[in-house]
Amino acid sequence: MNLEILGIMVLWTFLFGYVIVASVDFGAGFFNAYSFFAGKQHILTNIIQRYLSPVWEVTNVFLVFFFVGIVGFFPKTAFYYGTILLVPVSIAILLLAIRGSYYAFETYGSRGHKGYSLMYGLSGLFLPASLSIVLTISEGGFVSIVDGNPVLDYWALFSSPLTWSIVVLSITAVLYISAVFLTWYANKANDKKATELMRKYALIWALPLIITASGIIVELRAHNPEHFANLVNLWWMFALSFLLFLGTVWFIWKRKNYGRAFGLLTGQFALAFFGYGISHYPYLLYPHLTIYDSFTNEMMAISLVIAFIAGLGLLIPSLYLLLRLFLFNKDYVTGKSDPY
Amino acid sequence: MFNGDSLFYSRLLTELTLSFHIIYATIGVGVPLMIMIAQWVGIRKNDEHYILLARRWARGFVITVAVGVVTGTAIGLQLSLLWPNFMELAGNVIALPLFMETFAFFFEAIFLGIYLYTWDRFKDQRKHLMLLIPVAIGAAFSAVFITIVNAFMNAPQGFDIVNGELVNINPLIAMFNPAMPTKVAHVVASAFMTSAFVLASIAGFRLLKGSNHIYHKKALYLTMKIGLIFSIATAIIGDFSGKYLAEYQPEKLAAAEWHFETEEAAPLILYGTLNDGEVKYAIKIPYALSILAHNLPKSEVIGLDQFPEDEIPPLYIHYLFDIMVTIGMWMTFLSFIYWLGAKWGRAFVNTKWFRWLIVLGGPLSIIAIEMGWWMAEVGRQPWVLRGIMRTSDAATSSGQVDIMLILFAGLYAILAVGSVVVLSRMFKSNPVERELEERNAEKGGVVQ
Repeated sequence: MNLEILGIMVLWTFLFGYVIVASVDFGAGFFNAYSFFAGKQHILTNIIQRYLSPVWEVTNVFLVFFFVGIVGFFPKTAFYYGTILLVPVSIAILLLAIRGSYYAFETYGSRGHKGYSLMYGLSGLFLPASLSIVLTISEGGFVSIVDGNPVLDYWALFSSPLTWSIVVLSITAVLYISAVFLTWYANKANDKKATELMRKYALIWALPLIITASGIIVELRAHNPEHFANLVNLWWMFALSFLLFLGTVWFIWKRKNYGRAFGLLTGQFALAFFGYGISHYPYLLYPHLTIYDSFTNEMMAISLVIAFIAGLGLLIPSLYLLLRLFLFNKDYVTGKSDPY
Repeated sequence: MFNGDSLFYSRLLTELTLSFHIIYATIGVGVPLMIMIAQWVGIRKNDEHYILLARRWARGFVITVAVGVVTGTAIGLQLSLLWPNFMELAGNVIALPLFMETFAFFFEAIFLGIYLYTWDRFKDQRKHLMLLIPVAIGAAFSAVFITIVNAFMNAPQGFDIVNGELVNINPLIAMFNPAMPTKVAHVVASAFMTSAFVLASIAGFRLLKGSNHIYHKKALYLTMKIGLIFSIATAIIGDFSGKYLAEYQPEKLAAAEWHFETEEAAPLILYGTLNDGEVKYAIKIPYALSILAHNLPKSEVIGLDQFPEDEIPPLYIHYLFDIMVTIGMWMTFLSFIYWLGAKWGRAFVNTKWFRWLIVLGGPLSIIAIEMGWWMAEVGRQPWVLRGIMRTSDAATSSGQVDIMLILFAGLYAILAVGSVVVLSRMFKSNPVERELEERNAEKGGVVQ
């Protein structure tokens, strides 16, 4: 395996990590805000706050890690994506900023502030949309090179059905992933009411998720035939992913093995995410940029890989400690030990 | 390719984001150390007040961390959004410390989360103290790594340019550039100093506003003492920075000192105004610039006459330099007087006017931080990578930077107001007297 592939694999894995933890986070914010206005706040808020409080900052770092990593391994992406993404990414930063700070304001400042939790919930729902624009752009067809600089065609982007399919998919995925996770978490906390409510949400979002996911494949066929052909070659990954999806829904429906259900869900998204990523190979921005012409020099690549391994040596035990203390600690999850 | 408007607005937006971010970032680097010291003192002296001090600082700290994290994410992305050409070039050489910074940040985030939610989970407070060590180390090291990136922009090395291509790249040589030691040390020391004075100013304010609790007095004495130590360290490192500039970036030093002609036994110009190349109302200290630059009163200091006109930084950085140094000196003096006065039991340190000076110290230190960064950054103009890439060649070609500037200005205004409102409400609604009483009740009456 060469360094280019290794680099993009590492980054793609981190992006996948971000997609899962951020989805739980974004969805939780939305469900939290929704519960305020549906009068169900007493059921959900405790569970959600208890999960989110110790991890919200960590979630954010996954994203920072990805974008710093991609500029490190593939410096040319800074030129291409940096130039064209000024507006969409600035909007995403804005939403992230509002979300992160309002979360802290609500949790540590004024608990139960309706305005703060509304801002927090809504911004979380727009975020997947604004971030998923990058995926759409990477499919090509929206960027032209004028005087040596890439220029984004906003009209083509916003009038493309592909854009909107990906946006809808990202939102349904966020709500589905989050609902499944919180069902499991609430069940661990022996909170029957919250479990039932989250289970209902999980089932509600399962169908739209799978419809939009299939829709994307159809869209791609028209938009980028080369990518579509690659996708079809990997059909077994997507078929397997679909089976795992059925398994998750089955467990949730039967009200058992919520932990396993979330495990299957992770597998489902991992297969789909990596299947998509592999079929995108070798392009970072179709057809202008491949992972080969944008790769950094060898010395830097080697030092980045060494730094990465050393960093993981620190991170994995610490993350394990974090999970042990909060996610998998019975006293904490059931609210027996009172923080603060 | 050149787009003057984009360049102007990109510079403005970067300056705005960084100026806002460093307020929270400085607190983010310094306060964990203060919390750690308070916790440690509390355990060693078996004094509940210090433990509570650590606890209350930590609670406020979370709010500043949140704003620091989100604005840090903003500047991290803006580097690529506003300066794509720069990042493309620099990414090849300097990506390593950027990458390492995210690890330090990751590390800090994990342990801060654990620390905040385990207050009463350990019987032994020393175990809890252990959790603060990675937080403080992570915070300090993210400052170290990110400052290394900035030092590289001032003294780029670790590569060769052959026919416009970068070759022979060595990331470690790029990291350990000549600007790195002084820059990193100055940033870290001044962050500790500023955080100490900010916390001192809060304690001073509570004492002024009625509460005469021993808790605030202990807080004030502790923070002023730490502040004194780090302000002395900052001044010494500042002197080394001057020597670094004389050696490697003489145009920055010359612009900051209004040193127009290369000469021996150069005087240091303090304050004053500049009209058509004439310096007026300035205080001239003979030989001082030569001493600052080379430690020898008669040594030669390079002046602005040695540089082509389009490579000279703006001369207004002299004012920034003066303000920074004046505040630094003043805070060293003030904390020294306080420390002596408190040690000898003199009454003047408890008077109203002296406490007002202490309250003023926090905001002043933050102003000094801003001035120092503006001077360092503007003093490197017109280069983004000194001697390699001009700022005008690095900016984005996108035409929407002006709208983004307005958008972000609005965001920072909201975040500033939000964080101040939340912080003041948090502590007003839960004064230390009440919290002590509650803890007292829990522990069965040990705490006063």
